Amino acid sequence: MAAHLSSGRVNLTALREAGRRELREFLDKCAGSKEHEVEKMFTLKPGRLPQADVKNIIFFVRPKLELMDIITDNVLREDRGRSPQRDFHILFVPRRSLLCEQWLKEQGVLGSFIHREQYSLDLIPFDGDLLSMESESAFKECYLESDQTSLYHAAKGLMTLQALYGTIPQIFGKGECARHVANMMIRMKREFPGSQNSIFPVFDTLLLLDRNVDLLTPLATQLTYEGLIDEIYGIQNTYVKLPPEKFAPKKQGEGGKDLPTEPKKLQLNSAEELYAEIRDKNFNAVGSVLSKKAKIISAAFEERHHAKTVGEIKQFVSQLPHMQAARSSLANHTSIAELIKDITTSEDFFDNLTVEQEFMSGIDTDKVNNYIEDCIAQKHPLIKILRLVCLQSVCNSGLKQKVLDHYKREILQTYGYEHVLTLNNLEKAGLLKPQTSGRNNYPTIRKTLRLWMDDVNEQNPNDISYVYSGYAPLSVRLAQLLARPGWRSIEEVLKMLPGPHFEERQQLPTGLQKKRQHGENRVTLVFFLGGVTYAEIAALRFLSQMEDGGTEYVIATTKLINGTSWIKSLMEKLEPAPF
Amino acid sequence: MGLARGIPGLLRGSQGCLWTLGPARGVLGLLGVSWYSHWSWGWLGGGHHPQPPRPCICHLSIHPPVCPSVAHSKFELYTMEWSLKEDLRDCMVAAAPYGGPIALLKNNTRKEKSPSARPLLEIYSASGLLLASMPWKSGQLVQLGWTASEDLLCIQEDGTVLIYNLFCEFMRHFSMGNEVLQNRVLEAKVFHTEYGTGVAILTGAHRFSLTTNIDDLKLRRMPEVPGLQKPPSCWAVLSQDRVTIVLLAVGQDLYLLDNTSCSVVTPPGMSPSAGAYLQMAVSFNYRCLALFTDTGYIWMGLATLKEKLCEFHSSVRSPPKQMVWCMRPRSRQRAVVVTWDRQLMVVGNSTECIQFVLDEDSYLVPELDGVRILSRTSHEFLHEIPEASQEIFKIASMAPGALLLEAQKEYEKESQKADEYLREIKDQKLLPEAVSQCIEAAGYEHEPDTQKSLLRAASFGKCFIDKFPPESFVRMCQDLRVLNAIRDYQIGIPLTFTQYKRLTVEVLLDRLVLRRLYPLAIRICEYLRLSEIQGVSRILAHWACYKVQQKDKSDEEVAHAINQKLGDTPGISYSEIAARAYDCGRTELAIKLLEYEPRSGEQVPLLLKMKRSKLALSKAIESGDTDLVYAVVLHLKNELNRGTFFMTLQNQPVALSLYRQFCKHQERETLKDLYNQDDNHQELGNFHVHSSYSEKRIEGRVGALQNALDEYYKAKNEFAAKATEDQIKLLRLQRHLQEDFDKPYLDLSLHDTVSNLILDGHHKRAEQLYREFKIPDKRYWWLKISALANRGDWEEMEKFSKSKKSPIGYLVRAF
Repeated sequence: MAAHLSSGRVNLTALREAGRRELREFLDKCAGSKEHEVEKMFTLKPGRLPQADVKNIIFFVRPKLELMDIITDNVLREDRGRSPQRDFHILFVPRRSLLCEQWLKEQGVLGSFIHREQYSLDLIPFDGDLLSMESESAFKECYLESDQTSLYHAAKGLMTLQALYGTIPQIFGKGECARHVANMMIRMKREFPGSQNSIFPVFDTLLLLDRNVDLLTPLATQLTYEGLIDEIYGIQNTYVKLPPEKFAPKKQGEGGKDLPTEPKKLQLNSAEELYAEIRDKNFNAVGSVLSKKAKIISAAFEERHHAKTVGEIKQFVSQLPHMQAARSSLANHTSIAELIKDITTSEDFFDNLTVEQEFMSGIDTDKVNNYIEDCIAQKHPLIKILRLVCLQSVCNSGLKQKVLDHYKREILQTYGYEHVLTLNNLEKAGLLKPQTSGRNNYPTIRKTLRLWMDDVNEQNPNDISYVYSGYAPLSVRLAQLLARPGWRSIEEVLKMLPGPHFEERQQLPTGLQKKRQHGENRVTLVFFLGGVTYAEIAALRFLSQMEDGGTEYVIATTKLINGTSWIKSLMEKLEPAPF
Repeated sequence: MGLARGIPGLLRGSQGCLWTLGPARGVLGLLGVSWYSHWSWGWLGGGHHPQPPRPCICHLSIHPPVCPSVAHSKFELYTMEWSLKEDLRDCMVAAAPYGGPIALLKNNTRKEKSPSARPLLEIYSASGLLLASMPWKSGQLVQLGWTASEDLLCIQEDGTVLIYNLFCEFMRHFSMGNEVLQNRVLEAKVFHTEYGTGVAILTGAHRFSLTTNIDDLKLRRMPEVPGLQKPPSCWAVLSQDRVTIVLLAVGQDLYLLDNTSCSVVTPPGMSPSAGAYLQMAVSFNYRCLALFTDTGYIWMGLATLKEKLCEFHSSVRSPPKQMVWCMRPRSRQRAVVVTWDRQLMVVGNSTECIQFVLDEDSYLVPELDGVRILSRTSHEFLHEIPEASQEIFKIASMAPGALLLEAQKEYEKESQKADEYLREIKDQKLLPEAVSQCIEAAGYEHEPDTQKSLLRAASFGKCFIDKFPPESFVRMCQDLRVLNAIRDYQIGIPLTFTQYKRLTVEVLLDRLVLRRLYPLAIRICEYLRLSEIQGVSRILAHWACYKVQQKDKSDEEVAHAINQKLGDTPGISYSEIAARAYDCGRTELAIKLLEYEPRSGEQVPLLLKMKRSKLALSKAIESGDTDLVYAVVLHLKNELNRGTFFMTLQNQPVALSLYRQFCKHQERETLKDLYNQDDNHQELGNFHVHSSYSEKRIEGRVGALQNALDEYYKAKNEFAAKATEDQIKLLRLQRHLQEDFDKPYLDLSLHDTVSNLILDGHHKRAEQLYREFKIPDKRYWWLKISALANRGDWEEMEKFSKSKKSPIGYLVRAF
């Protein structure tokens, strides 16, 4: 079921198993037996709990006060007279919280919970090389609210990872949050003296990166296949919901009579062979792969005409399930690609991309942009506008006060004055800012780190810049340069980026020090504090696969994001009370 | 760090019920001397030091005894070091089981209360070394007893029970209730069950009260015995099926008191002419009961009173001083030891008994596998000889173990007989049994020399067996080494092997710690290779907790000494030691010790308890655990006044921002105060904008926005101020539009307001807004054209297009 987790260089099944074991132990405790049939799962919402005829109700919650209010409401509305009475349990993910328990106590419901425990699921394995904490608000909390709770969880998660995969001997980092996480890791290690980890280290290096070191990348439109699916439809916990029309069963005679109305839900991960092959390609390179696959599959089905002997037919039949799966996978992705193509070939997508690319390559970043003005005048979605304005601001190391004020005024007049708080948040996060120093550092950074590549090859890429058709994600460039030739070569640029950069070494007992075989790749864990995009992941995978690259990457993050979901998390949701 | 580890499996015990005793030898010493010569040494008078020269064991040359039945033996554990002046009968005595300490209360009976004649409480080790003493200044004592964790219970006449540790240090006290206080305590008994240590009281009103666990005090008043006018002649606490009951005798009647009722019981097979009950005894495991009547009759049976095991008619009719059971777990033999002033009798399932003359006052201490006999000069142990030992040491025994022992001796003498003996065992294929027998028997020996010769024999025998698993031999060597160490009179814990196994090494370590014998405890841990966390760390932690109580040393010295010894041994919790220091009133020391605690999370609760809240706050922040920071912040909020609280937060930005988050969700008004305190006008402005949206009336909204406006000006944020001003202006305009056109305009954006106006054909009003809000031409054109197109008002469109030059050109792509 989770074979894809063991497909990477680091077998993440161990982490998954540890998580499962912990959950099972808790369920055993609640149910009082080894059998726990989960009757149904509900989303937490205020009001009366659904009428399920069960003995145990378990709340799986993040330790947040607003969720405690919902739970309190649920518990208080429970019919005490019902029989059999339902037992309540609470499982805090990933950590029990004194604050929440105190709060429940003040509401007078703490005693209603028979078991209160924690499920230390910090890092959730998403794929063979991908871990996410799925903490939506991590970026907002860290950079807007100075609430470093998610960083504490990240450090705990890294400790769990080290307990399973060995102490990571080298830690590099860039940014305030990275520094904080590294400090906590070192401290946590010291808190348990004597508990010497005797596992041979799987990871050679940990690279901690603050999202605010590279605010640019998530703002740009991702152009890999997976990135575009996420940009357009939004991938939620590896699932995507797609408009159903393209997925109608193609049967003759039914003439599209009953088109499905429910969105088509698909799981996307490397367990699907075809998807693993195309997910990280530039979208322009996907079509040719799909048609090549189509030919191979129909050729394979044609084989049946050549099967003459019983043995040959038998062999053909035995391959049939695999072939059918491949065919349906191909059909699905052909449909998705068609859906995406409709959008990427639209004029507006093209204009938007052109402006983005102009900004990223440093053209006209210092004045009011016509396209943005037009979009505002036509009231395009606000998030699109915010992404563009922020992108311009970041690519210009801040906007001139006059330009900034003009954009802000346009936005407030068009979309409503309530967005003044959202604009304020974006300024606080550094996404939107007046140019204070009077100097634009971006060109220097762009040139030194080779962020803009004019000669990009989308079909057979030779550089990570293919993921944005020209722009090489800054964050991944930092990882690439760290592996070779090392950060010493880019000291000047590192100083221009926010936050400190650092290196820490964790001592290993002599028996565990690695003697690298010739040609064996190093393994680096890159942890994005504040979120990572699919395009960045694709770029790191590209680096892993590069011949003589020398390094393979595993990616961890607080949350998988794209520009839209990221900006959304920073918006202040003000709903006026109706007069 | 509780040491209340009890004794596991108190109730497990032997199953069998038949018992036969050897022929009555009648004479003191016969048992030991003539049958089992080597055992006699103890009680013949040799001390544990110096050892008397031992004759070689040559049972085989002595004729076997007439009766092959079970035997008991008695040997000396210690000559008592205590040099008592008083007779034991003049003292109140309590000795803890499992070779535990002895408490003596002297002068208790004297009535005059002059300070010089105050009762004196003394606590000795089992070898008679004084551990502590103190003049008894509290009330009249009725009974002394020991808890399972070796604390001394002093039961006063008024029902108050005072608890002291081994060193006469007061721990705590509790009361047995008002009823007991009013009617006084006549008699009291301390008992042990699986629930812990219990206390049972007989009051002056002839009622019983009891608690089964003094650590979880629940007082139970037992039902009344109908018509009881005088105290019962004897009584005992029984524990059956987890229920604690009282058995009492009044004259010829026996009564059983359970929680709710009182019933008369008759033991099966009790002769009607047996007479009145004088004494009763319950066995160590609560399974057996013995009753002594005034005709000298002894009934022995199950404590359930369902079955008689045996009976005995003694010639003595006077009430015995003490009567206790003497048996060995899993043995089928039963025996009861009865004492009078100068006589001790061991009786069982036989018409005859073993009798000893007592030279001195003696006091019996029942044990798991025998009876200890205490007197002014000596401390002896009486027990049934274990089977393995009997087999080996029985005269002319041909048991494999006996032959192996002999073989080994011959081998040492380089005699060929060794081979003969060995061959004899091997021919019967009994060599493994022989080895096991020797190992087992070694465990029952108190004399290291005998232990050694048995172990040597076992080791010798092992050589001739293929793959004899070595564990039992190694284990026994280790166990004996530990036992010999603790039996030394300086330590004075005369545990038998059986007791040691029941007690477990962990409990033994606890007991050494209780006696503050830290080095020995650590050496045992190291010797047995116990894990650090289970062994050495725990003991060091206890040592440290004791160390912090030494008031004569400075805080620095103590903290340093503790850190020197403990370092960062895994499993050591400095915060627990610090907590102990704080409990002893040494706050400064506690803080110093906490500095050694690497886990900030552990430092915080104690710091809060010691009211070092600010230090607690910085430690919580250091840990990175935001939840812990919250806990401290909320604690501070309750503890400090608002001003000080805010000031404290001001110096801790991490805590401040977390508290702000808390306020955002829970106390928005406080949030305002926080911003006010820092003169953070920008945030105050945002705050008011935020609140304006929860206003239900437009005046309220405008009012809140007006506040925001003021704050933005103070923050010198011209843009935000202007925007807010525009917003207020727009709201007012929208209200007029709403009134004028009776359509919803409120809370539309400026863009949508203008657009709606055009859609509805109010071009003038739209134009007015365009000018008033200085909408850029370009956007206004876009807006107007798309609105007009939506409306299909091509006429107006044409008019508009001619009015001015289009800033957006005329290629309108949108349509």
